[in-house]
Amino acid sequence: MTERSEANPGARWASPAMQDHLRRRHRAERRFRRAGAIAIGFALLGLATLLGSVVANGWSAFRTTEIRLDVSFDPALFAGLAEAPPGERDALLAGADYAALVRNALRALFPAIEGRQELRELTGLVSTGAREELRAMVTADPALIGATRALWLPADDEVDLYRKGRISRGVTAGDRHLSDAQLAWIDELAASGRVRATFASGFFTSGDSRDPERAGIWGAVVGSFLTLVVTLTLVFPLGVSAAVYLEEFAPKNRLTDLIEVNINNLAAVPSIVFGLLGLAVFLGFFGLPRSAPLVGGLTLALMTLPTVIITARVAIQAVPPSIREAARGLGASPLQVVSHHVLPLAMPGILTGTIIGMARALGETAPLLMIGMVAFVVDVPHGIRDAATALPVQIFLWADSAERAFVEKTSGAILVLLGFLIAMNGTAIWLRRRFEKRW
Amino acid sequence: MSVLVLLAAIAVLGAGGFALARGRALAAAADGAARLHSLPAYYGWYGALWSALPGIAVIALWLAVSPSLLPSLALAPGIGVPEDPAQRELFWNDVENLARGNFVAEHTDDAVRITAQRYVALRGRALTGALALTVLLGLAGGAIALRGIRPTLAARVHVERFLRGVLMLSSTLAILVTIGIVLSLVFETLRFFDVVSPREFLFGTEWSPQIALRADQVASSGSFGAVPIFVGTLLITAIAMLVAVPIGLLSAIHMTFYASVRARDVLKPLLEILAGVPTVVYGFFAALVVAPAVRDLGGAIGLSVASESALAAGLVMGIMIVPFISSLSDDAITAVPISLRDGSFGLGATRSETIRLVIIPAALPGIVGGFLLAVSRAIGETMIVVMAAGLAANLSFNPLDAVTTVTVQIVTLLTGDQEFDSAKTLAAFALGLTLFVVTLALNVAALRIVKRYREKYD
Repeated sequence: MTERSEANPGARWASPAMQDHLRRRHRAERRFRRAGAIAIGFALLGLATLLGSVVANGWSAFRTTEIRLDVSFDPALFAGLAEAPPGERDALLAGADYAALVRNALRALFPAIEGRQELRELTGLVSTGAREELRAMVTADPALIGATRALWLPADDEVDLYRKGRISRGVTAGDRHLSDAQLAWIDELAASGRVRATFASGFFTSGDSRDPERAGIWGAVVGSFLTLVVTLTLVFPLGVSAAVYLEEFAPKNRLTDLIEVNINNLAAVPSIVFGLLGLAVFLGFFGLPRSAPLVGGLTLALMTLPTVIITARVAIQAVPPSIREAARGLGASPLQVVSHHVLPLAMPGILTGTIIGMARALGETAPLLMIGMVAFVVDVPHGIRDAATALPVQIFLWADSAERAFVEKTSGAILVLLGFLIAMNGTAIWLRRRFEKRW
Repeated sequence: MSVLVLLAAIAVLGAGGFALARGRALAAAADGAARLHSLPAYYGWYGALWSALPGIAVIALWLAVSPSLLPSLALAPGIGVPEDPAQRELFWNDVENLARGNFVAEHTDDAVRITAQRYVALRGRALTGALALTVLLGLAGGAIALRGIRPTLAARVHVERFLRGVLMLSSTLAILVTIGIVLSLVFETLRFFDVVSPREFLFGTEWSPQIALRADQVASSGSFGAVPIFVGTLLITAIAMLVAVPIGLLSAIHMTFYASVRARDVLKPLLEILAGVPTVVYGFFAALVVAPAVRDLGGAIGLSVASESALAAGLVMGIMIVPFISSLSDDAITAVPISLRDGSFGLGATRSETIRLVIIPAALPGIVGGFLLAVSRAIGETMIVVMAAGLAANLSFNPLDAVTTVTVQIVTLLTGDQEFDSAKTLAAFALGLTLFVVTLALNVAALRIVKRYREKYD
């Protein structure tokens, strides 16, 4: 040993050259390790800024600002109601000037205000939705006419933003939508306890609107739900039967090979191509209604089908052959083996895959844009043939809107969407943990 | 609605067929002279299938025929139905709304009202006919099934053969979908190539698909040279891959070789969250946070950055693809046998040397395959670029410029309200076909590489 080391001094560990070499190698090792840590750090930083910006912008969407006004339901504004025949009363009630009610109530608070421009700015503090609320109240209970009530009415979206601190006074008046006078009035109202922040129930219960303070996600949630129902009723039976056939019955031939290649390729086709397919086939060829959850569900079903087939096949493969053999040995027919033994045992895995596929379908936007689910839909859809939009599409539409207040709405809707996705994926993980068997 | 009525009739027929057939089979075997070949329920299913299947055929016929046949019958000429196809479509919309009892614009004229009445009457008659057909055929089928039931009838074999047929049909759906995609894209693209030559589309450098609103307008033909779009797509994809490949690969390596088990248990799910975030959220993030940040940063160091720069969209798309790359490289790395690693360690190599000189070369086919799949994903990604990249087709390789992509153009060409046959909508299908072909080629190439070059160990 010693002789050889002397013949090749570089290999002696203690020699300075060798030590130096080793140090360099260790340095490279540390550098490499650090590079990996930095890469993970970057990915986590991306995740953190993504979620952070959504939460920072979106948490306040669940709160809204209201202004308390003493609304006196002036009989003069409902003139002619008493004489009107019963048939025309509803139309009269619906057609009354509710904007004047709000205006008068505000004027009573600020008697000093004169002039059209100032008055318009003053009434601009309260949302146009306040009229709708008053109309609904009076139509429901005409006895209100003549009375005076202290009511909490929704504020305008700009007022809401100001109260949430998203518009600062420091900005020059030209760069914000509220004038200095309006800001002063809001502060005055707030000082007298007439402004409050409350849970934004409207955000969860109303449909879309051009006014940010009246826009809600309920229509989109229902649209998404109807779409997913269509998708699920199609994709689950079809996907499972295809998987059963391919795993249990398919002979090894060219047709089976072709089917397998097709499934694998379809799984990687961009989602927008499925949208084009839906547009050409369901809308163009079959003439189904545009913007309907029916068509959206069909399109998403075609998109998620490969995913569901692939995961169902994996789950069926995981059932050990011994179970099949035992069942066959007891006289079960091939189909009985599958329906009595293989499918029940594979079901947790199949359900997990299906839920993950549904979660993907829920977050999908591009194919729905193709089949016209981007329409501005105010009404909450009632059936799968009604015009509707879906939650991610609603997010896309709001993100495109010019009003500053829609940023908050968009982020709020994203939080709701992420909540649904977390719930679905959590269920999938729970199912897998709870029912997964290892043989 | 109409389909629901038919379905209800079929359900009743099927239930009746089941009960009768099962009862008959039991009665036939009741004297004990003969044993039933199958379990009684199979005779029931046999009867149910015979009585329900004709109805299902009727439904299929109804779905295929009624959407086109009923309008053409109801839209009889003479009472003021517009001749112009576009007008006709609007007219038909009103008719359908009225027929469904919805609120229609107040200026509803008599033509619409009459047509709607005729349509409702026609539909009612057609539905009654379909229903009668369902019931008649179902009864006939049920009768045939009942006549055939005797103890020796192999009901289970019949039912199972039918079910296996259903299973096989549903597995061929995948082929049908592919055929559907190819046919619909190819047909529309061929029609597009009637208007615009394929050479102009594939090699032209001018893209401004402004089709005139009126036929007599000046400059009524837009130009459809798609090269700027392809370049823009490649630019954004390249930026995304520059972000995603190093981060994804390095984090996969770090998690497999360096991170403790506990750290990995935390880090892996966190990265998977990135994969589960919907793309529309990434798009919002790109447009709201990243694009302004990139612009401001560029402005601070004296660069002029477009507010919808390719860089911002590419960065965010890169982050989106990180978990994809990371999980695919993870698979490739863990597939390398442990003996190779141990051999390298045994020769005195450090961990990073082992990874760089042994593991990665051995895992390279898998990693390259994953890379190609990620490229295909980036090319087909839609929402991020729709929300954060530009609309104008600039032929530019500068990542600070605004460029547009194939998917952005498809969306903008198709989301407006326009007739189905204009060159604009057809152009979207041509772009879609290009997208489909390119992503398909990438996927096939990825699979080939993985299959062909994977080293066989042990």
